[in-house]
Amino acid sequence: MPTWQLRLLRGRPGGSPRLEIYRVELPAEAYLIDAVEKIWAEQDRSLLFRHACHHASCGACGVRVNGRERLMCITPLREFSPDRPIQVEPLRHFPWLGDLLVDVSPMMRRMAEVGFAIVRQDELTADRPLPEGIERITRFEDCIECGLCLSACPVMAADEAYLGPATLAAIERMLKEPRGGDTARLLTLADDPHGAWRCHSAMECTAVCPSNVDPASAIGRLRRRLIAERFRRWIGGGR
Amino acid sequence: MKEAPRWKRASGWVDLRGRREGGLAFLLMRLTGIGLVIYLFIHLYVLRLLAQGPEAWDAFIAMAKSPLFLALDGLLILGILYHALNGVRVTLLGLGIGVPHQARLFWGVMALTLLVTAIAAYAIFTIAG
Repeated sequence: MPTWQLRLLRGRPGGSPRLEIYRVELPAEAYLIDAVEKIWAEQDRSLLFRHACHHASCGACGVRVNGRERLMCITPLREFSPDRPIQVEPLRHFPWLGDLLVDVSPMMRRMAEVGFAIVRQDELTADRPLPEGIERITRFEDCIECGLCLSACPVMAADEAYLGPATLAAIERMLKEPRGGDTARLLTLADDPHGAWRCHSAMECTAVCPSNVDPASAIGRLRRRLIAERFRRWIGGGR
Repeated sequence: MKEAPRWKRASGWVDLRGRREGGLAFLLMRLTGIGLVIYLFIHLYVLRLLAQGPEAWDAFIAMAKSPLFLALDGLLILGILYHALNGVRVTLLGLGIGVPHQARLFWGVMALTLLVTAIAAYAIFTIAG
């Protein structure tokens, strides 16, 4: 069984963060979350990290692996070589609580403000015929609120008031199917210097999203909607 | 719980670790943008020589024909071209157009920028050098 080297960022707010090497024996079929849990269980119980479902449903175990935003539960160890340390750091652009743990409550508050809820009406599968005139089914409720997109977005680094890719994608989704929601309030929320217009199209949100939400495209569609709404107002239609 | 200081958060946009083409394009866009603003002020400062008579201006023009200045002209063209071409790319992407092709568009912008800069640099050194 190979021995994997993990270089974890350790520390607490107010102290000096440092990178520490840990070695764990695990089969190549294991995942990064298994390695971090084993370190916690066998070597250091003070290690702070988040985890829950172990199958990319809860979005709790987001970290940066060799600089890139990933969910530990779907990052297989076989992607790496046992000869080189796998560097694991907390997500960027969130308040740091210690080790690999960040406070995701700012993102959750923004999502709550939008009123975003994960609702799956019907799971259409490949073996069921598509309705006439429909070429493909797109699921829209895929966001697992993991925060990887916020960590990857360079604009988040420069503007702490920026709503962020997840929230803007949620607004766009809610506008598509408001279910009685207040669309005018959502449009006002998005039509703000810290809203849809702050995005600089770095596209990193879409690149790191583990659920194919594609926030970058959603923000583009949201902007088109906002432009249409503004045009409508100019010609006297109101919102 | 302690937030990172503002300067540290603001410097995050230059951190390219783990970033792909989109992040690199964003960084280059900002750097060329800052460079072009600085150039604008230098340009306006230099133009004031016109008010000091033909001697002052001619002396500057003689200096501007030095290889170093010509190379800086090439750098300026590189910055302008990248900023303008990537600006078109960002405008399209910002409206949700061509998002799946954003990386290819970036490399297209880079290729066109380098090609036109090379042609312009050749022309600059041939004509003025």
